[in-house]
Amino acid sequence: MQSKVHVQTTINGEPREFLCEPRQSLLECLRDTLGLTGTKEGCNDGNCGACTVTMDGRVVTSCLVLGVEAAGAEVTTVEGIARGSALHPLQRAFLENAALQCGICTPGFLVAANALLEAEPDPDEQRIRLWLANNLCRCTGYDKIIRAVQQAAREMRGANA
Amino acid sequence: MATTTITKTEPLVGKRIRRREDPRLITGAATYVDDIKLPGMYHAAILRSPHGAARIAALDISRAAAHPGVVAVFTGKDITGVGPVPCGASLPGLRVPVHTILAQDRVYFVGHPVAVVVASDRYIARDGVDLIDVEWDVLPAVSDPEKAIAGDAPAVHPEWPDNIAFHHHQENGNVDDAFAQAEVVVKQRITSQRLIPTAMETRGVVADFQTGDKALTLYSSTQVPHLLRTLIALMLGLPENKTRVVAPEMGGGFGSKLNVYAEEALMGFVAMKIGKPVKWIESRRENYLTTIHGRGHVDYFEIAAKRDGTILGMKLKLIQDIGAYHQLLTPAIPTLSVLMMPGLYKFQNIRAHVVGAFTNCVPTDAYRGAGRPEATHGIERMVDMLAAEIGMDPVEIRLKNFVANEQFPFSTATGLVYDSGNYAAPLMKALDLVDYQGLRAQQKKAREEGRLMGIGISTYGEICAFGPSPATPAGGWESATVKIDPTGKVTVMTGACPHGQGEETTFAQITADELGIPLDDIHVIRGDTAIVQYGIGTFGSRGTAVGGAALYFALQEVKAKLKRYGAMLLESDDVSYQGGQCVCNKTGRTVSLAEMSGASYRAMKLPPNTSPGMQVTNFWEPPNFTFPFGAHIAVTEIDRETGAVQVKRYFAVDDIGNIINPLIVDGQLHGGVAQGLGQALYEQAVYDENAQLVTGELMDYAVPKATMVPWIESDHTVTPSPVNPLGVKGVGEAGTIGCSPAMVNSVVDALRPLGVKHVDMPMTSEKIWRILNSAQA
Repeated sequence: MQSKVHVQTTINGEPREFLCEPRQSLLECLRDTLGLTGTKEGCNDGNCGACTVTMDGRVVTSCLVLGVEAAGAEVTTVEGIARGSALHPLQRAFLENAALQCGICTPGFLVAANALLEAEPDPDEQRIRLWLANNLCRCTGYDKIIRAVQQAAREMRGANA
Repeated sequence: MATTTITKTEPLVGKRIRRREDPRLITGAATYVDDIKLPGMYHAAILRSPHGAARIAALDISRAAAHPGVVAVFTGKDITGVGPVPCGASLPGLRVPVHTILAQDRVYFVGHPVAVVVASDRYIARDGVDLIDVEWDVLPAVSDPEKAIAGDAPAVHPEWPDNIAFHHHQENGNVDDAFAQAEVVVKQRITSQRLIPTAMETRGVVADFQTGDKALTLYSSTQVPHLLRTLIALMLGLPENKTRVVAPEMGGGFGSKLNVYAEEALMGFVAMKIGKPVKWIESRRENYLTTIHGRGHVDYFEIAAKRDGTILGMKLKLIQDIGAYHQLLTPAIPTLSVLMMPGLYKFQNIRAHVVGAFTNCVPTDAYRGAGRPEATHGIERMVDMLAAEIGMDPVEIRLKNFVANEQFPFSTATGLVYDSGNYAAPLMKALDLVDYQGLRAQQKKAREEGRLMGIGISTYGEICAFGPSPATPAGGWESATVKIDPTGKVTVMTGACPHGQGEETTFAQITADELGIPLDDIHVIRGDTAIVQYGIGTFGSRGTAVGGAALYFALQEVKAKLKRYGAMLLESDDVSYQGGQCVCNKTGRTVSLAEMSGASYRAMKLPPNTSPGMQVTNFWEPPNFTFPFGAHIAVTEIDRETGAVQVKRYFAVDDIGNIINPLIVDGQLHGGVAQGLGQALYEQAVYDENAQLVTGELMDYAVPKATMVPWIESDHTVTPSPVNPLGVKGVGEAGTIGCSPAMVNSVVDALRPLGVKHVDMPMTSEKIWRILNSAQA
């Protein structure tokens, strides 16, 4: 067994530290070590997007990031999307549109869509579809997900106007 | 007791109510099986066959067993006391190979489990798997079902060299006469390719054996927790009352979790052996190799008709790719295809012969639609081909052959009784929505410009709400318990096991309306055999149509009991129950639900012939299946340069009976269409000639992405089902069943100027590009 590495990082705005093996994925560290199970494993090879988090603002699949790489970084997971006790506009839009069914891909979609709307407040439909093409959903046919992101974008633009 | 004006509450059934499941799902707070962490829990990884067929010449676990962190390794010789993986379906002459939970001396498909390593974490468990030394004696394998039964293929199971798992024959009417009288006969070989269900959550099991009580709790992502409990108890030799199955939050199933898998029993076995909890989470690669696949048909259809378009009869030779074993329902699935063969049409002469073919592949079984998409694809393709052959519009030929409204309940050629229908209604509505004549004019113009535009129609029917018990291997009823606390809060426990379908919401809507109480006073529980009465589960579009009906009848009983307490408390014989209270029709005095329920528990005084407490359990046996139907229209255009099929518009008009929650129903249809579209355009499980799965991960298997699915424009007609009191028919599979023939009909329509008559799925751009090139050459 390899010795463990001490990692200091920031997760959802809070300083966190943990021990991990050099070979452990960030996904595993989040879920098993830190108990942040909102981030899901769908494939463990970067193809489904269920484990999407942001690291220093960049969208990453946390199954393809090593835990040690999180050192000094700022990581945001689905647990950090809500604004305090109030739901994020994306979460509200997902709720209002029923943009989910089984929910296992939803945390990844929320994190990815949030990164999109932070970077581009007014994406068109094709842009949203393209941005979310790294996230697979088998339940919804994406229809309501796209509508929910469009609705949240409108709302967020309105709030910032 | 107060006298109040009764305010009429607005019904919630039929409203777009937000899903009560969603708050936990959008915050990451839900607990799926992989989120369960028990104290002292170990992790398991499984060594699997890399070969389609091989003898295990030598198996040495010593290096793995000695690896630091590994606590146990088990192989086929350790599991001798464990029963085989069950096949729940029976057919005359069915050959059932013994399906042990770990391979004995031989493996039959890539992914076949050979040994399990148990370790302190999953990384070490996987290291342990790599340290097992196996000497394989590789054997020839077969992966193509037609080749498998051609007579000269390697035997999948040496005891049955012909690779035939079963024959199934069904014949009704006079087929030979029908074909003798025919003025036109169209024949076509149509395949429904192997598909990989790809629930976004893979399978997973946490097994916890309480050594003091000798009781096993199995957390598993399963659509059928009670059936799993019964069968796992039998496999492991445990008393069923000391076996508990919990289906936690589930990340989809689509039929792939309607099963009893080797790994579920294996984890139970491991937990019993080591006396500690153990977790196994299927990797995506394992999911593709070892969770059931769907479809896998080669169908030879023949349709006989008159020149005026009247269909006289149909023949089908169906070759079903079984895989190496039967899983729970494997051989039953193609028999559903046969039942569904007449589609929405009234012809009465049918002959079908099914051959089940063993291959060195993972077993096929129920995947969204399960036998019905294959049949619908066949009949809807054949009707279109017939129309083209006699120069008739595809709409006209359908209208000519539909079962007429006055013929319901309608006895089909295959022995079903269609409950209710108005088959022309969704078609006419869809034609109106798309402006069919306008589209045909556009198509004419497009063709003049050399563009390849297609309009494809499918009018599908399906068998839903599985089903009457005599027609379902393990019983087709469903159960519901309604219990009201002394404080008046209501708990519903359903024997169905929704896993994304939103029935916590729809069942709460039904309950709120029946009891006249707010949604917030209702809690719905499913998926735990220690809490919920025995149930069948969620599959075959049965959750609401059977489980919801069971709930409805339980609610009537509980209302009647409440009313007896109400009459006692109001000291009147003339009371009625409404709006969450009982009212005395003479005085207008009322008692609340909480007062009635409270009185039933305190039981100081009982109404005549009435027991204390306020809890009712109902088991409901449906008298028939339900038969939803609809019309889908796909408008496509093909890129002449690349062969890519572009879906310009997609319309779905479905008749699923009454609708409890349109928000949920829309989502079910969208997702269903996306899976049908996936089959039509993108998806195929490909095994090579050595029975290696070529499409073994998401990189190679094309699950549709957000960029690959169009907006789905949908509408409904409503023909209530008389089979259940809710008038619902079921919606889970409709989209999938309606979609693939609409898509293929559309693409063939686009390619018609090139003389193309049929295209098999998936209609990838490469396949279409080759067709374009050969047609232009």
